[in-house]
Amino acid sequence: MTERSAPRSRWADVWQQFKRHRGAVFGGGFLVFITLFVVLGPYIWTVDPQKIDIRNRDMRPIWTALWDGSAKIGWHRPLGSDQLGRDALANLIEGGRASMAVGWAAMVLSLIIGTTIGVLAGFFKRLDFWLMRLTDLALSLPILPLLLVAVTLFRQPLRSGFGPEMGMFVLIVGVVAITSWMQTARIVRGDVLALKEREFILAARSIGTTDRQIITRHLLPNVMSPIMVSATLGLATAIITESALSFLGVGFPSDFPTWGKLLADGVLRMEDYPERVLLPGIAISLTVLSVNYLGDGLRDALDPRIRDR
Amino acid sequence: MLTFTIRRLILSVPTLLFISLVIFLLLHLAPGDPMAQVPLTVPPEVKEKMRVALGLGEPLHVQYWKWLVQFFWVEPKVLIDWLTRDSLVLGWLPDTALYQGELRNISWQTRGPVMDLVVQSLPQTMWVVGMAYVVGVLIALPIGIYSAYRQYSVFDQSGTFITMIGFSIPPFFTGPLVIVIFAVQLGWLPSTYDTMHAVVDWDSFTVQLRQMVLPVMVLAFQTTAQISRYMRSAMLDNLNQDYVRTARAKGLREFVVVMVHVLRNSMIPVITVIALGIPSIFGGAIITENVFGVNGLGYQLLIALFANDIPTVMTLTFIFAILIVAFNLIADVLYGVLDPRIRYD
Repeated sequence: MTERSAPRSRWADVWQQFKRHRGAVFGGGFLVFITLFVVLGPYIWTVDPQKIDIRNRDMRPIWTALWDGSAKIGWHRPLGSDQLGRDALANLIEGGRASMAVGWAAMVLSLIIGTTIGVLAGFFKRLDFWLMRLTDLALSLPILPLLLVAVTLFRQPLRSGFGPEMGMFVLIVGVVAITSWMQTARIVRGDVLALKEREFILAARSIGTTDRQIITRHLLPNVMSPIMVSATLGLATAIITESALSFLGVGFPSDFPTWGKLLADGVLRMEDYPERVLLPGIAISLTVLSVNYLGDGLRDALDPRIRDR
Repeated sequence: MLTFTIRRLILSVPTLLFISLVIFLLLHLAPGDPMAQVPLTVPPEVKEKMRVALGLGEPLHVQYWKWLVQFFWVEPKVLIDWLTRDSLVLGWLPDTALYQGELRNISWQTRGPVMDLVVQSLPQTMWVVGMAYVVGVLIALPIGIYSAYRQYSVFDQSGTFITMIGFSIPPFFTGPLVIVIFAVQLGWLPSTYDTMHAVVDWDSFTVQLRQMVLPVMVLAFQTTAQISRYMRSAMLDNLNQDYVRTARAKGLREFVVVMVHVLRNSMIPVITVIALGIPSIFGGAIITENVFGVNGLGYQLLIALFANDIPTVMTLTFIFAILIVAFNLIADVLYGVLDPRIRYD
């Protein structure tokens, strides 16, 4: 370490290490690409995903022409259309918007809950026992059955409160976040417990810094790296959970596409139109795969023991 | 160790009580009305009587207490009666006749006890899930061992990639995918699971095997991904230890060093992970059972949920909770038993 000439910031070191993990760079790149795809997609591909067009129904993706010359294809429906003639590409973009929005919102919410509980439990000794017992209890809840129960039972009132789409969004984000904060809380608590005994916290306390400022200025910046790693895991879990709920038929209303919903709708006729299952399935899998690789790379890059090796 | 096990067992009682309370409150504070399906022509006073007959007229804590009594007192009595009367193992014991016709937990769909439903569907889940887990672990262990032994080789790199895919592809995608490939395009295997199929001879046994292949494959794929990952990192932790160098220095064959010395030490955390992973695979089984039509616990749960059958949903969810708590306990105890360095007392 001593022969290095110019001092570098910690984040430059992290970036150096991150760049070396090829899968993580690909994963990050793909995540950016898919996010841009769903955010900017509707402005580039302006077909209305809900428009019913019976004349152009049951069209195949254009690449089907490579092996089946008689297939019903057309450049105005590049990925084909469903049994009501709704454009598959527009639906894929629209479904991606919903899935990604649910994923990001649920991930942020569960991070906020997890970090709050973790910091409180690590910092205040009085709360530690009870908060950690709560975390242990929450960890032994049967998550998927409870999610199914909660979504089915609370669907009606939230729909009437926020409207069909928004109500379902609030419900799914809420239940996914409430059932996935435990790992973050445990990791953050462990780190805060260790950090709290360090000299710089003692120094801060000795010059009269309040608890609140110690937490926001000294503790939170230092637990950022485990939080970022569990953020990637949380995003992957949230996307999969939302799709699973949609797949089991308890998710968003039927005219509101998400990737899981498109996949579930496609299963009924997948012998004739396999692309209706494959396209949303591949979209979900690739997104989750890229997020997982990103998390793997971040973990390596943020761990100072692995760095510089 | 025994004290630790007993302490954990006692601690799991409040945990289970808390979980049952959470499920109960979730189900009963939810704004759905179980009488919503009753036709509007039924007069309100009759509706009120039906409500009382379903036990909905009582205050919440009375309902909860009655459910607890049914689950933890009446049902075990029925079970013990059955064990001493009809079962093969304990049938020689005198018939206990503990059950005196108390009200059991009745499903609103079948009008029969929920536990009968559980007894019918639990073996289906156990067969498919258990088989998938065994297959997954058996594939995962050699992969993990070999990729650790040849770290950063082509095998290791591709193994890591396939594991990542296994982590990322959800079962509700792999399920339809393998159906399209193996059942529709190739026509090798049946796409749905016939629950009523009875194994009587060799032919029906092969039919049973064939219909189990696809669901087991989907579930085992996820297991393999997770377990082989843990196996690899546990092996890597141990391969650089001093005792390995000692074993090599005293002239042991490489096979003995890896498969006896390193493997036995690496198995300690992996066995815990295997036990801890069992509950999560029951969650995955809910989806797989619905894809393949396996008449297991998860399938029953979904049907009961859509039919607004609150007693069944309550009991099935709680059985999932029991499975989770039980396997967590087993994992903790196993860890202490296997690793002499760990002392809980």
